[in-house]
Order: sequence, then structure tokens, then C-alpha cells
Amino acid sequence: MEPILTINNLTKKFGYLTAVKNLSFTINKGNVYGILGPNGSGKSTTLGIVLNVVNKTHGDFHWFDGNTSTHDALKQVGAIIERPNFYPYMTAEQNLKLVCRIKGVDRSKIEEKLAVVGLLDRKDHKFRTYSLGMKQRLAIASALLNDPEILILDEPTNGLDPQGIHQIRQIIKDIAANGTTILLASHLLDEVEKVCSHVVVLRKGEKLYAGRVDEMINSHGFFELKSEKHQELIGLLELHSNIGKIKVEGELITAFLNEPMSASDFNKLMFDKGILLSHLVKRKESLEEQFLQLTDNQ
Amino acid sequence: MLRLIKIEFQKLWLNKVSLVLIFISFILPFTVLILSSIKINFFGFFTLELGELGIFNFPIIWHITTFFASYFKFFFAIVVVSMIGNEYSNKTLKQNLIDGLSKKEFILSKFYTIVFFSLCATVLIGAATFLIGMYYSSYTEATIIFREVEFLLAYFVKLVGFFSLCLFFGMLVKRSAFALAFLVVLYIVEWLIFWAAVYVSGTVETAFKIKGFLPLESMYNLINQPIQRIVMTKFPEKTDIMYDYAVHWYEIAIVLGWTALFVFLSFQLLKKRDL
Repeated sequence: MEPILTINNLTKKFGYLTAVKNLSFTINKGNVYGILGPNGSGKSTTLGIVLNVVNKTHGDFHWFDGNTSTHDALKQVGAIIERPNFYPYMTAEQNLKLVCRIKGVDRSKIEEKLAVVGLLDRKDHKFRTYSLGMKQRLAIASALLNDPEILILDEPTNGLDPQGIHQIRQIIKDIAANGTTILLASHLLDEVEKVCSHVVVLRKGEKLYAGRVDEMINSHGFFELKSEKHQELIGLLELHSNIGKIKVEGELITAFLNEPMSASDFNKLMFDKGILLSHLVKRKESLEEQFLQLTDNQ
Repeated sequence: MLRLIKIEFQKLWLNKVSLVLIFISFILPFTVLILSSIKINFFGFFTLELGELGIFNFPIIWHITTFFASYFKFFFAIVVVSMIGNEYSNKTLKQNLIDGLSKKEFILSKFYTIVFFSLCATVLIGAATFLIGMYYSSYTEATIIFREVEFLLAYFVKLVGFFSLCLFFGMLVKRSAFALAFLVVLYIVEWLIFWAAVYVSGTVETAFKIKGFLPLESMYNLINQPIQRIVMTKFPEKTDIMYDYAVHWYEIAIVLGWTALFVFLSFQLLKKRDL
């Protein structure tokens, strides 16, 4: 796999506060990455360092194969950090022209990218007349101008209304479908779950996990069960070697698996033992549950 | 280099306030120059014609126009500090860097614009002075016309130096209004240093020499006030009002030194800063 960004033992201190502690991870081409973490966990600082606006204290990072300077690499990167920052007195098109000049790309892309984010009919309006959702979409258009190798988005749906959130997510999904590598920083777990294949989990500047979303915790999933013979079922589950922890909430029994087991095998087993299930669902922990488990454990 | 100037020009050109200020700083000195060169008749009582005072004679005209035109630099100084202040308040500085402009390029784009503007102002003042001089001057031999043309060079260096100082203050305090206030503070500080030097050395002359090394005073020294010189031409027998008004190489060197320092410090400030 082709690496796009490699971070080695990166540390950033703001006075006594350590915002990022010994962080290492690699971003490979073609995947959609999420950086997860509560507010103040060092997500934006990390992105700021690799984007050349925050100075690192220790460690190092390099873009692509390591032979490109950060300054040149950034011309192949599209990034939005926190809020959309543009010149309020310029129109959308003029702002994008300026970005073209900075990145050294042709202006022919402007119309195409404005169409991608649905702002073509507002291109001659001044930036200051835009709503927050439109500003954010313009920022995405601006980040896409150079057809970047990687798109970095920091909290892209922050402060938007549900419609705006939906629009931005749809745009991100479309871009990801074209094979662009995406790095998405967010504290919204369902957002990351919906679009990302890989995650880096941070807490207080330290890495808790980096890898595939579905391998985040060692889990084979769990069954949600209901039956007329409530007590008998609990008794059977306690004896079964594949079942670990059992949680009972009223009628609903949640049984966590130690070993992999399919729902149909389990159903057959219960039937053989004479227990008829009125409710059987096999699930994996949601990202939220996994995240809480991960952050609680350490 | 052209790319950096183009980037900065787009930022300035589309901003109405800076556009107006740029036009004022170009047009106002011309209006004043042209108004002062025409004959003004006060309702038949008397006519005022500054040309008759001999101030539009070569070579003194170079001295006079560059001196008075340099006061209009304050309009562009506002543009310089606001072009830094706006980048901070709109957070576009951060976005520019993320988009792939290096910190060095950012400072250079501002500095190139300063040099470009100063060059335009110098060429325009030079051309206007030449034309007015050709019209009014009693002497029009080439050797006399171009005798003190070094005042134009001094004017150019003075503008670049002053705007670089504004650039540095803009980078230092990030707010346009505070940056302009810093100019006033610096002016006062230079006088405080002067009085301290008078106290220590005991002579005003030494104190002026020390003050001559400070930024604002060294810029002023490039083009000294011409009034005394006009008086001198009227009363050549009064030797006690003689003074040194010439442009010296060391005066230019001091200002260029400050310019280099201000641009370097601006870059260092930006490099050290977390945005």
C-alpha cells in the first residue's frame, strides 16, 4: 500500500499542556480515515502540524514517500480546518481563483467543483452573504480544486443544521466513492461510522487505537434474545462455553460471545434444547459502544 | 515572484477600502503638486504663483516634491497594516498556508507588493516633477536637471523602509489599529532615546547622530526638510542657516539595514507562531 502521510512520535506542547503525545500512525492511499476523540483530544492540533500551521515540539512527519517537502506536498492536499476561511469581500469565484493562484492550478476546474457542491448559481455572490452551510460547501469545493491525493476535513459538519449535515455527508461519500483518500476528524461517532473504513482514536493527545473500524475491539458480537422460558434460557446460556457475559434487562437478554457463532447455529441449538425464541438478533457493537469501551478501559 | 505579486494584488484590488486608499495615496500628491504649480488668482487682489518663488527650479524641485509627497505615504501605510490585520481577522492567513503558500512566500508576497508600490510611486513622482520642472524651471540643461536626481532614490528607499516597518508592526500585533498606534509609540520612543542621549553625552549634536540610527529618524534623514534650503537661496549671505540636506550613502545604508531586519523579523515571527 502506498503511504500518503506518515507520522512518527509526534509531540506538541503548549506551555505545560501536552496537546499531542508521541503520536504515530500512517495514512494509506484509497482508504477513508477517521480521527476520533472528544473535544480537546489533539485532533485539530495534529492536523495543524501536518498542514504546516502549527509548529511541532518533537517527532516528525512526512508526506508521500518522504522526498516531497511539506510546502510542495500541500499543493496536492485539500484541507479544511474548523471554520471556512475566505475573503468576505470577494465572490465565491474570486476566492477560488485566489486558491488556484496559490496552488498553481488551472482555473478551468472552478466551475466543475462549484457544481459538485451545488454552488454554481451563487458563484457571483460575495462570500459574506453565504450561510454557514454554503460556506462549508465552498470550502470543500476549494479543497477539491487541485484534485487532491488526500482530502482532510476537520469537523466538517460542526454547527450545521440537519439538512446541511446531510448534504456535506453526501458530498463526502461521493468523493470517497471516486477513490480519493479522506481523513476526517470528528467527535461525532455516527458520522465516522457512516463514512470511514479506518479510525485513529485519540484521548488527551494519546493514541488509543489505529486500524480498521470493525476490528476496533476484540469482539464477536452479541445476541439479543427473548423467550417465554426466560429462566431456562438464562440457565442454558450460563452453561454454554461460547457465551461470556450475560446482561438481563426486563424481558430482553443480551448474551456476549466469546467464540464466533452464527445466529442460525444458536437458534438450532436452542430449538434442540426445547426453547423457542420469540426474538433473536445478532449484532456487533456500534462504534459508539466500542469507543466508550475503549476509552473506559484505559 | 510574479505569482506572489498577483496573489497579493487580487487581495488588494477587490477590497474597496484598500483600493480607495491606494488611489488616494497616488492621486492626492499629484493634485497638490498640480494645484501648487498653477497660478491662483485671488479675485483680482493678488495672484499666488509658487513657481515664482523659484521652488520649481531644477535641481531643488527634486528635493521639494519628494519631501512633500512622502507625507502621503501614510495612506498606503494604512493599507499595509490592514493587509496583515485582515489576514489574521479573517483567518485567511491560516487558509493560505494550508492551501500551499509557504510562510516565506506569504511574507515575500507582502514585501514584493510594497516594493512594487514604492516603485510606481517613485516613477510617477519622478515623471511629474520632471514635467513641472521643464515647464517652470529657469535652467533646462541636462546637467542641472539631473543633478539631484538621487532624491528619487532616497524617496524610493524611504517608502520601502517605512512600509516594511508597518509590515513588521502588522505582523507583531495582528491588528491594524494597534499597529498604527505602535508607529506613534515608536516616534515617542525615538525622542526619549534622543533626550537620554542628550543627557548622557551632553551635546545635542551627538544625540542627533545616535537618533539618526533609529528607524523613523533615519528615514526622515534621507530627505531633510527643504524650507531652510529655500530660505538659503534667498539669503545666500546668511551662512549660519547652512545645513546638510544631501542624500548620503550611509543614510541609505541605514534604512536598507532596517528594511532587511523588519522583513526578516516578520518572517521569524510568522515562523515561530502557531496559527
